Amino acid sequence: MAEAPQTGQNKGLTAIDGAMALIVILLLVQIWLLTTTLETFLAGYKETALPAAIVSGLILAACVGLYFFIDRIDFEHRTR
Amino acid sequence: MSLFRRPSADPLWRDEFSVFSDDERYVTRRQFAKFLVLASLGMFVGNLWILVRSWFTRQPVYPAAAIARADEIPVGGVKLFLYPTPKDQCILVRTGADEYAAYSQKCTHLSCAVFYSAQHGRLECPCHNGAFSVRDGSVLQGPPPRPLPRVVLERRGNELVALGLKIQPEAQHG
Ligand code: FES
Repeated sequence: MAEAPQTGQNKGLTAIDGAMALIVILLLVQIWLLTTTLETFLAGYKETALPAAIVSGLILAACVGLYFFIDRIDFEHRTR
Repeated sequence: MSLFRRPSADPLWRDEFSVFSDDERYVTRRQFAKFLVLASLGMFVGNLWILVRSWFTRQPVYPAAAIARADEIPVGGVKLFLYPTPKDQCILVRTGADEYAAYSQKCTHLSCAVFYSAQHGRLECPCHNGAFSVRDGSVLQGPPPRPLPRVVLERRGNELVALGLKIQPEAQHG
């Protein structure tokens, strides 16, 4: 049985859900990164702090990018 | 296709409180995504804080302090002492006729006080069954993530003098 075609509204929601799932995955990686960096810092190692901060910043940038994507889809698909 | 949306002519309240029930699904998702991005910002700030701390923490300077006389404790015996500050409890173990080892007494898991088990020849933590080697302070068993900080000792005549605290590399289990 063929699936009913998605309406524009639903397509927008699917795109937003996908982007949100990506943000959640990135956030989990970032939480892990923070805890391991803290752990190694408390163990007396300082070398990991800079690369971890850079990677965390990149993940934040990706999350912000995805948020703008969501914002744009939201703007385009909502009833005006 | 641009990443950003066009500037909206609508007032802000229409963005945040939709008048159409269908749009509610969009608004709630966008607001939740905003919350997630703020959480991500929080994580980044945490990492930055660690970075700044790592730049501005200087190597501590430890005083030299006599902690015991060499013949004060028998082989297999233990003496507790405070080093480098009166708040830091440490443990000195005489492991051989002329061998001594001293460590911070604070377990690297959740800071319970470790004690020397002469029966097993190791330092043990009663809280979660952690165990450390008395030779080098490495983790032998249990949840502690790191070896015990080692007190650097020097023998001066009949006196044992503590010279510093050495934070040791990551534990090698097994
Ligand atoms: S506090 Fe020592 S093992 Fe948990």
